[in-house]
Amino acid sequence: MMYDFFVDLLGNEILAAIVTGVPPLVFILVFVLFAVWLERKVSAHMQDRLGPMRTGWHGYLQTIADLIKLIQKEDISASANDKPLFNLAPVLVFAGTYAAFAAIPFSSYYIGSNLDLGIFFIIGISGLVVAGILMAGWSSNNKYSMLGAMRSAAQIISYEIPTIIVVLTVVMITRTLNLHTLSEMQTGYFWNWMIFGGPTAGLEKFLLIPLMFIGFLIIYTSMLAEVNRTPFDIPEAESELVSGYHTEYSGMKFAMFFLAEYANMFAVSAIVSALFLGGYQSPIGYLGNLFDAPWLIPVEQFFWFTAKGTFFVFVQMWLRWTLPRLRVDQLMALCWKYLIPIAFINLIIVGLITVL
Amino acid sequence: MKEYFSNIWVGLSTIAIGMKVTFKHLFVPAVTIQYPNVRVELPERERNRLYVNMDDCIGCDQCSRACPVSCIEIETVKGLPTEDLGKTSNGKKKALWVTKFNIDFAKCCYCQLCVFPCPTECIYMTDVYEFSEFQRNNLIYDFVTLTPEEREQKKLNYQKFEAEKAAEKAAKKPVTPAAEIKAEVKVKTETPPPSSDNSQQSNLKEPGENKGS
Repeated sequence: MMYDFFVDLLGNEILAAIVTGVPPLVFILVFVLFAVWLERKVSAHMQDRLGPMRTGWHGYLQTIADLIKLIQKEDISASANDKPLFNLAPVLVFAGTYAAFAAIPFSSYYIGSNLDLGIFFIIGISGLVVAGILMAGWSSNNKYSMLGAMRSAAQIISYEIPTIIVVLTVVMITRTLNLHTLSEMQTGYFWNWMIFGGPTAGLEKFLLIPLMFIGFLIIYTSMLAEVNRTPFDIPEAESELVSGYHTEYSGMKFAMFFLAEYANMFAVSAIVSALFLGGYQSPIGYLGNLFDAPWLIPVEQFFWFTAKGTFFVFVQMWLRWTLPRLRVDQLMALCWKYLIPIAFINLIIVGLITVL
Repeated sequence: MKEYFSNIWVGLSTIAIGMKVTFKHLFVPAVTIQYPNVRVELPERERNRLYVNMDDCIGCDQCSRACPVSCIEIETVKGLPTEDLGKTSNGKKKALWVTKFNIDFAKCCYCQLCVFPCPTECIYMTDVYEFSEFQRNNLIYDFVTLTPEEREQKKLNYQKFEAEKAAEKAAKKPVTPAAEIKAEVKVKTETPPPSSDNSQQSNLKEPGENKGS
């Protein structure tokens, strides 16, 4: 593991922890720069437009230009704001997102912290994001921000239930919460991925495939709701709430919310791919094995991991520009009447299969 | 129960249909025109910035009077009998020096009403539509080809000529009240200008009064 390697190298645990923490941060920043550009291009082309075209080839430098603009902007905070909370909220939201990256395995050689409770830690630490969003909404002293934050809290808490139930379903088969071990179990070819029944064999695998597929759909939908993306973007519904909890923010604080949103999108996609689609495992075997070059394997694993993550981020964008926003009652009906009962039935059936 | 499952089915299948549509549009060529690089060809009779070809202008002031927003300002000075002002392209003889021909494009409403009355077709619409300025004053376009000194010179020339003429007249015979009245009557008969549209005349006398000052 990366952390142990750095402890050996630097002989200091704090220093090693800092060094281990840097790669995810760099990854988040680079990914966000790319994802914002991708979002704009995808949305533009889906609407038969071109999107940014002026900064570099097809506007690939547009996000950097926007970032420079955001840094230059004045940091406004209204006199009626609750200053300490107002300043803390964006940091907390980003910290929650960043912390989730600690337990995400980027490749078999790199995982920020090889926790035995990996997926549990990620779900727990995501709660910090809710706290940050509530803080932002409350301290803005703005009705729209408050409404957005309340909606966000209600939504994230509701949708955590189906997420956790589906995670439990997976954990019942794999008997581990550690995402690294979970990914290692799905090694081999793509038919060993959890969505195709995981590392089981015979009739059990055959029975698990449809159930895992349903579980995958449920967790993807509920994760989409947890990151406040369309069609579940009622917390920042532009047409009703200006832009929800970050209406009052400007400059770098706004940029931090933005960063957290896109980092969250990737984190969620990464979790879904680690649970159901083999995490960093290649679907078709490794070139490193083929050419007898073991150093190539982690690089390939990192490639497959980012490819899967980016693909699911793309699907999120695709859904965003396809579906209209849900109403609050529809949102709650979808969660409590459809996702949770189905997830529970799924859990029971999978439990019976694994026991028998 | 049946409704419950049909709801799920309808939800999932309609999402799939929607996603198929958006995915197809991902590869449809964009309708965007990259404006400053690519320009749409304008229609034949597009109305944009005016241009005045001063070689053909006879200073008749008809465009100024036709203008509904009074954005055209014209001042003219009579040419001396000794001067030859040349001819317009359709054979009209020019008799006036145009010392002021300003069009204020901040006021102009691009109605093209000034274009039709022009007897020599010297004022017309061009295809230039990008002429924004930071200051409104810069939108006042001066079309006169004479230099400021020349304009002053023309005015002085005419004043001198008038003064000489008056002096000659005064020398010939002393001014009588009868002659004055006669002159006044003459002026009155001249006032209705040759334009057919009388309703506009009352409003648009102003620029005409400056004529040949």
